[in-house]
Amino acid sequence: MTDNGKPLDIGQNYEEQYGFHDPEKYVFKSKKGLTSTTVEEISEMKSEPEWMRNYRLKALASYEKKPLPAWADVGMLSQIPFDDIYYYLKPMEEQGKTWEDVPADIKNTFDKLGIPEAERKFLAGVTAQYESEVVYHSINKELEKQGVIFLGMDDGLKKYPDLVKKYFGSLIPAADNKFSALNSAVWSGGSFIYIPKGVKVAIPLQAYFRINAKNMGQFERTLIIADEGSSVHYIEGCTAPVYSSDSLHSAVVELIALPHSHIRYTTIQNWSKNVYNLVTKRAIAHENATVEWLDGNLGSKLTMKYPGVILAGRKARGEVVSVAFSGKGQHQDAGAKMIHLAPETSSTILSKSISKDGGRTSYRGLVQVHPEAENVKSSVRCDALLMDEISRSDTYPTMEIDAKKVRIEHEATVSKVGEEQLFYLMSRGLKEQEATTMIVNGFFEAFAKELPLEYAVELNRLVQLEMEGSVG
Amino acid sequence: MSTLLEVNNLHVEVEGKEILKGISLKVEKGQVHALMGPNGSGKSTLSNTLMGHPKYKVTQGQILFNGQDLTPLKTDARARMGIFLAFQYPTAIQGVTVANFMRTAMKARFGEAFQSKEFRKTLKGAMASLGVDESFATRYVNDGFSGGEKKRHEVLQMALLKPQLALMDETDSGLDIDALRTVSEGVNRLRGPELGILLITHYQRLLNYIQPDAVHVLVDGRIVRSGGKELALELEAKGYAPYEKETVAS
Repeated sequence: MTDNGKPLDIGQNYEEQYGFHDPEKYVFKSKKGLTSTTVEEISEMKSEPEWMRNYRLKALASYEKKPLPAWADVGMLSQIPFDDIYYYLKPMEEQGKTWEDVPADIKNTFDKLGIPEAERKFLAGVTAQYESEVVYHSINKELEKQGVIFLGMDDGLKKYPDLVKKYFGSLIPAADNKFSALNSAVWSGGSFIYIPKGVKVAIPLQAYFRINAKNMGQFERTLIIADEGSSVHYIEGCTAPVYSSDSLHSAVVELIALPHSHIRYTTIQNWSKNVYNLVTKRAIAHENATVEWLDGNLGSKLTMKYPGVILAGRKARGEVVSVAFSGKGQHQDAGAKMIHLAPETSSTILSKSISKDGGRTSYRGLVQVHPEAENVKSSVRCDALLMDEISRSDTYPTMEIDAKKVRIEHEATVSKVGEEQLFYLMSRGLKEQEATTMIVNGFFEAFAKELPLEYAVELNRLVQLEMEGSVG
Repeated sequence: MSTLLEVNNLHVEVEGKEILKGISLKVEKGQVHALMGPNGSGKSTLSNTLMGHPKYKVTQGQILFNGQDLTPLKTDARARMGIFLAFQYPTAIQGVTVANFMRTAMKARFGEAFQSKEFRKTLKGAMASLGVDESFATRYVNDGFSGGEKKRHEVLQMALLKPQLALMDETDSGLDIDALRTVSEGVNRLRGPELGILLITHYQRLLNYIQPDAVHVLVDGRIVRSGGKELALELEAKGYAPYEKETVAS
């Protein structure tokens, strides 16, 4: 908050903090656009096993066949410049073991973003991805001794081919949707994590994704396997430079929670407003396992993301807490999917969104209960807050209940930042902007209080920046 | 004595409809004035207008606070000058704790003079004297509060923000007799030579606890009669009907 009440310019501030870019240097850049040659080149450069190369090519065929989803924001999707995108860009020859191994420009970028500092202070491991490749990763020595694996996905495939082959694409087949097919064809980077039986990782592992080049496509692939009785918290953050031309980010994330394990996956998505963010995320929770997706969407032009949990074992639990913030020219199309396959499973969906300056938010949710899943509980709540008359919010909930003895709650609200709320706070001496920020932060509180302190502070700060400049 | 609030021939419109039709009123420092009247007479309109609610448009007349014209000032500026409105229906602010809200409000009100280190202690003390449980501080502002809790919360804020002029809008409504007593005692403790209070109420019973220096009767946007505290008792006995006839006749 500026003390003199002078509003900050949102774009300008993003530019200083995240929107800067390095000169483009790379050891390999694919040609613009996507053909089977691009896919073969990627696989070739990565010296991949035959099965992965075939998997990619099959996925490409599937991608080419699939139309853009007709139920989505077709107006925005159809503007993606697919033929102008660089689908693979390798920034450096070898991944760094220490930050000193990372080229100065790139290291500098991550320094500015505060990643090495965060690593020292409160993380158990870090993956830093720049363009298409992981340029640095590290893991706490103690965890390594306990058998925890935390690698870039490409290294994971090299070192643990059997584990990868078993689970890769097991929850999200290439043909699941157009963008999972695209990712499966050109994926590069992302995290591979395995937590052995009974190991509880107390402090978070983090991945940070950075797009630097113009017209870049980033397609990371993440697979997390939590073995029986283990637990892990993984956090990802992402930013990109502000360009006038658009970039594309399309990730696939699969989480395998084996019996009695616990996975929490937190995203703070803060892409610049020229990035299309089209992501497929799905988890499976076996007996008595818990999966939580905490999903914060602040940036990007269009985000489409519906993290899901397949509740496959008795007493499995799934939770999605998502918050979205949509400003001018943005559409946050987010939601959740809960698939109850087993008895006594439970799920919670909490979605909160704010739209302002003509921004648009959508909630799309699915709760599905299969016939054999008795005594299931599910609760869905979505709250939307509109800051003005020109912004928009829509809710598209779907319930497919085929079992008996099911308890489902659903609640949706749309409210406007009330004149009355503003008047109340201002009657206590708060300036209009302070009052608005307080209302918005309060609205997001349910999400922020689940975050580690450092991230909650960061989220509050981001919201504050978004609110400044909106009210004079 | 010096004049704290002076309202001269005030006309106010809400959504194009004139609600206040020429009100004049003077509150001296240290005085308690009661404003009584039937539903729809314009009592809440007056308090909202004095606080600067954007929906209420002053079309004529003047509001002077310590001699300064308030009309061009926004709500927050008025609050920082020491005007306080205890709301009849305080609104809920999801996710914002009472402690966070109070800290922010006190910072706004007192600026540099706000003692951040003393805050917890100050808040605790004020809550204790109003018979409010400590857990109150971590609850969300007015979210799920009972009627009584909301009113105590308003008086708590008044105690902490130390206004020069308190506008209390139907602070007695929705209170049982015990709560009414605690809340009134809270208000009485705040009385002093500097604080002026405009007490808006429908019923006389609040005035058994908070003794006014003057009583005004508001009917159809006009003050039809002013007097001492005995006027309140008269109203209790006869109701507002005689005045409503007067208005019609005029």
